Amino acid sequence: MSQPRFSKDHEYIIVDGDVGTVGISEHAQAQLGDVVFVELPAVGDKVAKGAQAAVVESVKAASEVFSPASGEVVAVNGALEGEPSLINEDAMGKGWIVKIKLSDPAELDELMDEAAYQDFLKTIA
Amino acid sequence: MRYLPLDAADRALMLARVGVSHIDEIFADIPADKRLNGLLDIPTRKSEIEVDRILSSLAGRNVAAGSVPFFLGAGAYRHHVPASVDHLIQRSEFLTSYTPYQPEIAQGTLQVLFEFQTQVAALTGMEVANASMYDGSTACGEAMLMAHRLTRRNKAVLSGGLHSQYADVAATLASMAGDKIVRLPPDIKASEDLAAAIDENTSCVIVQSPDFFGNPRDLAPIKAAAEAKGALLIAVFTEAVSLGALRSPGEMGADIVVGEGQSIGNALNFGGPYVGLFATHLKYARQMPGRLAGETVDADGRRSFVLTLSTREQHIRREKATSNICTNSGLCALAFSIHMSLLGQTGLQRLARVNHANSVALADRLAEIKGVEIVNQYFFNEFTIRTPRVAEELIEALAKRGIIGGLPVSRLLPDAGLDDLIVVAGTETNSDEDRAAFAAVLTQCLSV
Repeated sequence: MSQPRFSKDHEYIIVDGDVGTVGISEHAQAQLGDVVFVELPAVGDKVAKGAQAAVVESVKAASEVFSPASGEVVAVNGALEGEPSLINEDAMGKGWIVKIKLSDPAELDELMDEAAYQDFLKTIA
Repeated sequence: MRYLPLDAADRALMLARVGVSHIDEIFADIPADKRLNGLLDIPTRKSEIEVDRILSSLAGRNVAAGSVPFFLGAGAYRHHVPASVDHLIQRSEFLTSYTPYQPEIAQGTLQVLFEFQTQVAALTGMEVANASMYDGSTACGEAMLMAHRLTRRNKAVLSGGLHSQYADVAATLASMAGDKIVRLPPDIKASEDLAAAIDENTSCVIVQSPDFFGNPRDLAPIKAAAEAKGALLIAVFTEAVSLGALRSPGEMGADIVVGEGQSIGNALNFGGPYVGLFATHLKYARQMPGRLAGETVDADGRRSFVLTLSTREQHIRREKATSNICTNSGLCALAFSIHMSLLGQTGLQRLARVNHANSVALADRLAEIKGVEIVNQYFFNEFTIRTPRVAEELIEALAKRGIIGGLPVSRLLPDAGLDDLIVVAGTETNSDEDRAAFAAVLTQCLSV
């Protein structure tokens, strides 16, 4: 399994073979506050890089989750329907949102690795 | 703020900014022959006394609902509204306040909405109701859009018993969104095969009960057929009083229940303002349109009210909102709630029984008239009659003789070949004398 890569919209993707697991970063969950609802896409939906893949609703705001890569949704994290707070507890693990079968793995090169993302966070702080 | 009227240069600037060259282009959606060209042909000035005289004489040409025996329904019903309803809604705290945008400051308004929702949920047999919609037809259209979101499908099947204006609203929304609509033909005897019209692409089936022609419908088999294909059942009513007598749509399996609330607490008002009722299952609440008042406790543990789940709404979700409705029919909903509170459960059931009894008495009288046939086997307070004369002419003839006899079906369905049908309503406002007068004048009109 690859190291996580991050978008400027604070989504991460962890790639295993040709499937990427997508969620929101630790920083993003901390900024949002308590997540109370997650609107998931349907398995089989096609998503383009940068297009909406899900919506995360916290007590503060409703935020779109943009897909960091293009592909087809092959799994959604159904556990979030009953327990959206998984995103706060374990954003990079149990709080994953969708799994996407990548149609263009080259897109991943445009994303940041962990170190670059941490530097990016300093620039927007 | 100073008020400065616009000059030609201001207008030209604004037109240029929105990218049109003439103001008429903004009204392109209104057919040219429906637009007013030039000024109305009226005198430039008259004294108050003269204006009063002219307008009174114009108004005198109307046959007002309350002034003659009145049997018109078909989506808007004449019921008795207790004087206390009008008195209470005119309290300035209610009358002058708009739907709260800084809601929690207006606890009284929120409590009213909360009580209203509770009544609507109980009446429809559903778990959650919103703070109201504009009217029954828009509530129906919103329910269709909600079903599309829930099922991720975009085809709605509309029963031939659905009020044609409700179907028109749904069709307009669908045409703008690129969604599909299947409208079954007018179904005067509730004999259509809805199940056959539902397939794997169907998001919802929309069924009215009692239907436009007055037939109460058993929704349970339709629910089963919809469920088998993964579609939702949207139950519609135009006569809220019927819920005091019929099994609730929720009990019969409806996923979303919408309807017109005008019948309770609200006058005919020339067709509006009305109040749309909207209820569904709790699990669908996040996809529900409109405002939702909720009960909670404040920092000191006292019972209080909030607008809840606002993240569905336009002021937070912008274009991703469940609906572009950011308001509700506050005053009409209040009138509904006050009348419902005055009636109580027993009172509503009694009112429903009186309505049914009055319309049965009416049907019995009309059935005695030679050539008149009662189309319905069952009905609540409204039914359809077949007459040996063209219905539109007959209704005109009745009106000339001081009877508002109902709705000629061809008024709403001009091309359906149903020119001999009239939808007739009988409510608690009709006396035995009214019914006798209707029967006598109808007999007269049919014998000439």
